[in-house]
Amino acid sequence: MFYRLAGQFKSSYAADQQIFPIRQDRTFIAGVLIVAFGVIPLVANDYWLGAILIPFLILALAALGLNILTGYTGQLSLGTAGFMAVGAFAAFNFMLRVPGMPFLVAIALAGVTAALIGVVFGLPSVRIKGFYLAVATLAAQFFIEWVLTKFGWFSNYNPSGVISAQAIEIAGYRFDTAVSKYLLTLGIVAAMALAAKNLARTQTGRYWMAVRDMDLAAEVTGIDIVRTKLVAFAVSSFYCGVAGALWAYAYLGAVEPQAFTLDRSFQVLFMIIIGGVGTVLGAFLGAAFIVLLPIALNVGAHAFFPGVSTDLMSNLELVIFGGLIIFFLAVEPHGLARLWQIGKEKLRLWPFPH
Amino acid sequence: MDLNFFFEVLIGGLLAGIMYSLVAIGFVLIYKASGVFNFAQGAMVFFAALTYVSLVERGWPFWLALAAVLGVMIALGFAIERVVLRPLVNQPQITLFMVTIGLAYFLEGVAQGVWGAQVHALEIGIQDKPFNFAGVSVSQFDLFASGTAALLVLVLAVFFQKTKTGRALRAVADDHQAALSVGIQLKYVWAIVWAAAGFVALVAGLLWGARTGVQFALTFTALKALPVLILGGFESIPGAIVGGLIIGATEKLAEVYIGSSIGLNIGTGMENWFPYMLALVFLLVRPEGLFGEKRIERI
Repeated sequence: MFYRLAGQFKSSYAADQQIFPIRQDRTFIAGVLIVAFGVIPLVANDYWLGAILIPFLILALAALGLNILTGYTGQLSLGTAGFMAVGAFAAFNFMLRVPGMPFLVAIALAGVTAALIGVVFGLPSVRIKGFYLAVATLAAQFFIEWVLTKFGWFSNYNPSGVISAQAIEIAGYRFDTAVSKYLLTLGIVAAMALAAKNLARTQTGRYWMAVRDMDLAAEVTGIDIVRTKLVAFAVSSFYCGVAGALWAYAYLGAVEPQAFTLDRSFQVLFMIIIGGVGTVLGAFLGAAFIVLLPIALNVGAHAFFPGVSTDLMSNLELVIFGGLIIFFLAVEPHGLARLWQIGKEKLRLWPFPH
Repeated sequence: MDLNFFFEVLIGGLLAGIMYSLVAIGFVLIYKASGVFNFAQGAMVFFAALTYVSLVERGWPFWLALAAVLGVMIALGFAIERVVLRPLVNQPQITLFMVTIGLAYFLEGVAQGVWGAQVHALEIGIQDKPFNFAGVSVSQFDLFASGTAALLVLVLAVFFQKTKTGRALRAVADDHQAALSVGIQLKYVWAIVWAAAGFVALVAGLLWGARTGVQFALTFTALKALPVLILGGFESIPGAIVGGLIIGATEKLAEVYIGSSIGLNIGTGMENWFPYMLALVFLLVRPEGLFGEKRIERI
């Protein structure tokens, strides 16, 4: 009853092809954006903004990047964190070594650098597939981590390999409060999410999905699969690179290569699996779930069992986290985005039986 | 170049490679029979070793502890089949892969929650000291480890070739549906395979534990085994052995000769990524690994 399409007529091609063809969806997205841009900065405190919302948005962006590669193109990658690290260190070096480098340009260049590295490590995908490829992407993860730690040039010879992000300044305005950093991150993430949503509807996006569903059939119908896979690696790494740069600049302020270990790659992979593979919405839902779960567990444990030791707590967290993932995949292998879909179907009829 | 030194490095590398193979065999067993890429193998190695060492430290005789851990690993195999795998039959491989990562977290948490997180020393009666063999010094412990690995492969070979259960496992590995149609129970076979992988994890855990101490880092043995796995092919036990030998030898040689000779001092820390690069370059030539099954694709 609340999600009925009746009465929504398309009378032009433009209306038929718009990105959110259903009025309720448009209202919903507009509502979310208004709340995110207008209400949250007013009501949220620095802890919520700095420690939860900003990392949530950045990880959602990384998940979006991985989703393009794994969800849309079907190439399983375990190197996400490596590409994030490339983005973070590239942004730092562009800011450091190019005088007067505007921040947004540095972020974009960081993304481009990550994209180039992504294409290099995507080359094996031309020959190998499936888990062989997944293991091969681990080479990217470990190699990048090693290079960034080993060669001091990348961290400007900081003895512990830490890069300290320079102040963010755009057109004379300094982004130094949690609210301003949140708004900056939100702006970038919202724009890139919209771009990803659109990209999936273009020829490139259709090619990706064709390659995912069956690469051999795609090749027979004339799709250049080498090009398609490499473009997917490039775009995906671009997203991850920007996410990594934001991780350094908007979230932590000072990062070391160890912030981008294999665990981070798995974390992002969990996000798209739990959120829903091959959907933009899923990246956000999954990121919210994975960011909030440990916090909720911690708060819950302290509320119910006061005085629980941190040692036991961290082990318990592992057990519950692992258990939840198993449970989740067994109950809903298509992720939270699928639940959302089911919810919308239900809303279409509710409260009537049919 | 000092030839003796070269051989010493080579043999040391080959023997270290055997240790990688031990973990890789566990992966192969499960992948072959159920198509599941079991990321939890490293966690199982850690779990088995920690359980064994904790029981021994509580005064159990070693054979009783060994039997107990074996029992636990077999029970674990059956539990995993029942709770984790059965609800996920027919799901895409990536989902099954993810579920094993969840399983890895779960096992790590349980092992440390029950037994504590401190490092344990594990004594299995073989000392890690070198002895001279035709002018080349070889570690006694490494020889023992490769002997154990050979025995393990032999046991697995006999199990797969000569027993009824083993033949059922091979049938399932060849073709799930054909195996089902002649009356082999998939769920039983999968439970057996996971139990067998648990047994391999126990052996690997004891050897690795004796060498490095039983600690959380044992879970990273999985990461050591992955390049071995793609080099040798996911479906082949001989591949896991040969892959381990190749990776072990080239890794050590590269560390000693490339790492130090360039003069950049880039050798340190190379062992994390070098095997992967090696395997990657190799895969470009043979995409299914050394002994992997050649994929025939049809539209």
